[in-house]
Amino acid sequence: MSILSVKKLTKSFGGLTAVSNVNMEINEGELVGLIGPNGAGKTTLFNLLTGFYVPTSGTITLNVNGTSKSLGGLRPYIICKNGVARTFQNIRLFKDLTVLDNVRIAMHKNIKYSLISSFLHLPSYKKEEDELIRKSMELLEILKLDHKKDELAKNLPYGEQRHLEIARALATNPSLLLLDEPAAGMNPAETAQLTELISWIREKFNLTILLIEHDMSLVMGICERIYVLDYGMVIACGTPDEIKTNERVIKAYLGEALNNA
Amino acid sequence: MKKLFNINWIKTLVSLILTFVIIQLLISFNIINSYLQSTLAAICINIILAVSLNLITGFTGQFSLGHAGFMSIGAYVCALITLRVQTIPGFILGVLAGAVTAAIIGVIVGLPTLRLRGDYLAIATLGMAEIIRIIFLNMDSITNGAAGLSDIPQITNWAWLFFYTAGTIIIISNFIKSSHGRACISIREDEIAAEAMGVNSTRYKVTAFTIGAFFAGIAGALYASTFNFIDPKIFGFSKSIDILVIVVLGGLGSISGSIIAAVLLGIITTYLQAFANIQMILYSLTLIIIMIFRPQGLMGSKELSLSIFSKLGDRFKPKKGRV
Repeated sequence: MSILSVKKLTKSFGGLTAVSNVNMEINEGELVGLIGPNGAGKTTLFNLLTGFYVPTSGTITLNVNGTSKSLGGLRPYIICKNGVARTFQNIRLFKDLTVLDNVRIAMHKNIKYSLISSFLHLPSYKKEEDELIRKSMELLEILKLDHKKDELAKNLPYGEQRHLEIARALATNPSLLLLDEPAAGMNPAETAQLTELISWIREKFNLTILLIEHDMSLVMGICERIYVLDYGMVIACGTPDEIKTNERVIKAYLGEALNNA
Repeated sequence: MKKLFNINWIKTLVSLILTFVIIQLLISFNIINSYLQSTLAAICINIILAVSLNLITGFTGQFSLGHAGFMSIGAYVCALITLRVQTIPGFILGVLAGAVTAAIIGVIVGLPTLRLRGDYLAIATLGMAEIIRIIFLNMDSITNGAAGLSDIPQITNWAWLFFYTAGTIIIISNFIKSSHGRACISIREDEIAAEAMGVNSTRYKVTAFTIGAFFAGIAGALYASTFNFIDPKIFGFSKSIDILVIVVLGGLGSISGSIIAAVLLGIITTYLQAFANIQMILYSLTLIIIMIFRPQGLMGSKELSLSIFSKLGDRFKPKKGRV
């Protein structure tokens, strides 16, 4: 069953159509890649899916646990509550907060105690906060960041900041995870490690993943299907092998990369 | 974990009682005379104002220049009530009504203006405070216009001031340490990321603004009851700036910083009275010097806590093998 179904999605900024008539179906449990030359509209599509832009036209439907919900035009925090989490191309951590706080904030939507309880630190505060720390530490352990829980996010090395972004997105307990260039700025060894991590968390958390990436070793290595965007339009969709041999894709994008290689 | 919580709680309680008793004794022995008592009251009121503005500006990152507006609402509501009911219950009711009214205005003002960011929000809140001031100035029949309200019954004493000041500090610092407080801080850090992580940024900005307005209302009510005279001039633009100066000087995002700065500026102002002519020059010079050497404020965004003392103590203890 498709967890995300995008139909005729269009976004124009004045005269520029950044995303044009995009149709996309992502099945539950799939790992789908989204590639395309710079300025093809990949991040704009992510911003539409997560509520940072309102679509000019078209629909976005999310099907989780048998209920379907239209996401177009909802505020980002509501989309997050419905089970869509994302990371950012240019890391957007809460820089001056600790690693633990970064994760705890992402778990805030589960908190049920009232404002009054937060003023007076009533028993409900204590109970839920202890539970919150326990869950956060569990997650940090999985991503091997637990020994750095009191470190400020900005003091982490670059690779670990990327990991923390993923940890933070996982903390919102998503069904669909959108990764915006998770390997940007990483060396080949780090990219290989990240590739492993992505397929591992997918199993562990039962995730459906859509990822934007320029690093072809990562995309071709783990994605089951790939969508190719050019000038805001989907020009191809298929398995990595099909994409590698697709003429339109080679013309638009991969042709150069293959010649260079 | 549970045990640690209790120890911290006892430590807080003991230090609060000690502070209260020591100053109460100093007042009883007239070491703090009636002149210094008014300084003490001003310091307490400034602490409440600065800590509550710090929640809005320092922790949630919303630059507000309208704090004196909320203060004036608390002051007028409390004054009008205590002028009619000149008893302690009347005073308690006055403070509460003042704070609640300020909080309600906080919601009404916050909902539209908190969509703005940075400088724009500062201008909007500045305008809001001016509107409130002009309204008080022109409601002659109720507020007595520019002449102000005088002979407000003086019910506050050190005990009341201490109760409200300590209450404000405890409630706001508890809030900051809660998940709701962290949601506010995440907005300051990165509003876009906060929204993406499920934080309703509008709701938490308005929440912080409303809590801040509530406590500014309390401060205003205490001001009216301590100095038994108020007029609209007191709550002008310069009052908002005074509060902001304390917050920035103490450190944006540090509650203990706000407290230290309020006490320090209160003492400096008192001792500068001796140099009446150049008082403001010396005061401003002090601010400039502190800002040059500590641009992040006295405390930065750190908190002063009892654990610092125990850490210092650890240095002198014989070292045990650590794993």
